[in-house]
Amino acid sequence: MKPAAFDYLRPSTVEEACQYLQEYGEEGKLIAGGQSLVPILNMRLSTPECLIDISGLEELKYIREEGDWLHIGALTRQRDVERSALVREKTPLLAEALPYIGHMQTRNRGTFGGSLVHADPTAEIPLSLLALQAAVVIQSAEETREVNVEDFFITYLTTDLMPNEMLREVKIPTGSIPKGYSFQEYSRKHGDFALVAAACVLDVDEQERIASVRLTLGGVDAVPVLAREVEGLILGEKLTDSLLLEAGRAAAADIDPEGDLHASREYRLHLAEVFAARVLETAYHRAVLGKGSAT
Amino acid sequence: MQVKREERYSLRLQVNGKRYEEQVEPRKLLSDFLREDCGLTGTHVGCEHGVCGACTVLVDGRAVRSCLILAIQAEGADITTVEGLAQGGKPHPLQEAFSECHALQCGFCTPGILMSSVEFLQTHADPGKEEIADMLSGHLCRCTGYKGIVEAVQQVADRRKEGEKHESGDPVSICSRTAPTV
Ligand SMILES: Cc1cc2nc3c(=O)[nH]c(=O)nc-3n(C[C@@H](O)[C@H](O)[C@H](O)COP(=O)(O)OP(=O)(O)OC[C@H]3O[C@@H](n4cnc5c(N)ncnc54)[C@H](O)[C@@H]3O)c2cc1C
Ligand code: FES
Ligand code: FES
Repeated sequence: MKPAAFDYLRPSTVEEACQYLQEYGEEGKLIAGGQSLVPILNMRLSTPECLIDISGLEELKYIREEGDWLHIGALTRQRDVERSALVREKTPLLAEALPYIGHMQTRNRGTFGGSLVHADPTAEIPLSLLALQAAVVIQSAEETREVNVEDFFITYLTTDLMPNEMLREVKIPTGSIPKGYSFQEYSRKHGDFALVAAACVLDVDEQERIASVRLTLGGVDAVPVLAREVEGLILGEKLTDSLLLEAGRAAAADIDPEGDLHASREYRLHLAEVFAARVLETAYHRAVLGKGSAT
Repeated sequence: MQVKREERYSLRLQVNGKRYEEQVEPRKLLSDFLREDCGLTGTHVGCEHGVCGACTVLVDGRAVRSCLILAIQAEGADITTVEGLAQGGKPHPLQEAFSECHALQCGFCTPGILMSSVEFLQTHADPGKEEIADMLSGHLCRCTGYKGIVEAVQQVADRRKEGEKHESGDPVSICSRTAPTV
């Protein structure tokens, strides 16, 4: 299990990396933390002509707040995001989701952006960012553009990125931080990829009625899914036990998962229903508690 | 910087405080570099795709899979392998605790677990069993059932907490050399 031979390029700036991408096109492959790519290379599922190593580009390693946005550089290590006080304060959902990714030893190396671009439909970062209405900044030698995370995922392991483009940063709106949030997932063993994962951000009004909600599900389709039906069902309502059950069913009605080696279609549907209800319940309680402490 | 596939790159890095300069192909994994080029076969290789944890080493103070890093990516890095744990002929407190608690049988998984535990103890002042188990989720052991491993790590943490001067001095003295930047 060794990678096939490749040419190795190590740009020292983002601009240089983009030039290499432009030059090599489909033949060139970016390597960031390598936690998804190197296993693929070792198993020779992929044999790129050329690897462009961006893991050392310090200019894309940052977490900072500017105005109403939290900016996270694509090459920031997952472990640094997990431990960031700013992330915990501004986007507690992300802080809760990150420890579920693989293991401490893979998060020490894996990057925030790498997980997004790898676009595994059960991955925690894409799912959280979809709930948080984040945007990504994409750069090539020709232009810099911005895309909403909602439009970024095309299908299984495929994003809107063109071969000559790279991910520069992720932007998360922090203008009105929802008080309620929850991330939960089910996997066979801690650190494994989730069978089903769910994320939720939610706010309530003075009467404890749901004022805003976004619930996302992973592992149930080729891309992370926003459960829109749930929103229509529970907006303006107080969360009762019966509404919670109904909301879980509504979330599962939205999706059409495929069965595989790890879980049948029916089992995934069941898990989706259960975990949608669980994250809703937790997020609602946190929102109500948050309201209480704020007033 | 560009290296063609057939070229050998003159790679410089530091392992266990010693400088190395070796000629490597771009595709060489760090795990193979440590074993073949540095002759440090204490770093074990199990799965080569990041799952088993046997190959875990410290790169600039952080526990990572050496099978998921290209050697060339570690240029200039400060690496610690299991061979770097014992100081002045004395085993590291973790190594002693592993022996006392029967935390190893065949020993295949042990070097990786020791390296993760070093970073873990440095970043957790007073870890509970849950946290230790969480750190161990990144390692497979086919022999022990993990109980002894959890106890060994706990023992070192407890001794440190009690401020008990163990024979080989500060239980995590190795770490001070490679403090992770957080
Ligand atoms: C044992 C194990 C368990 C894991 N468990 C999980 C898990 O539970 N959940 C989870 O989400 N992930 C999991 N992963 C994968 C995760 O850890 C990876 O870190 C992450 O998916 C990829 O990040 P990376 O920086 O390592 O990217 P790399 O492996 O370097 O790259 C991944 C892909 O993204 C591209 N890429 C990377 N950065 C950029 C960029 N800035 N712009 C454009 N393209 C880019 C690369 O070309 C490549 O195609 C696991 C991995 C291992 C080894
Ligand atoms: S050999 Fe590296 S994790 Fe198994
Ligand atoms: S002691 Fe044999 S695998 Fe852990």
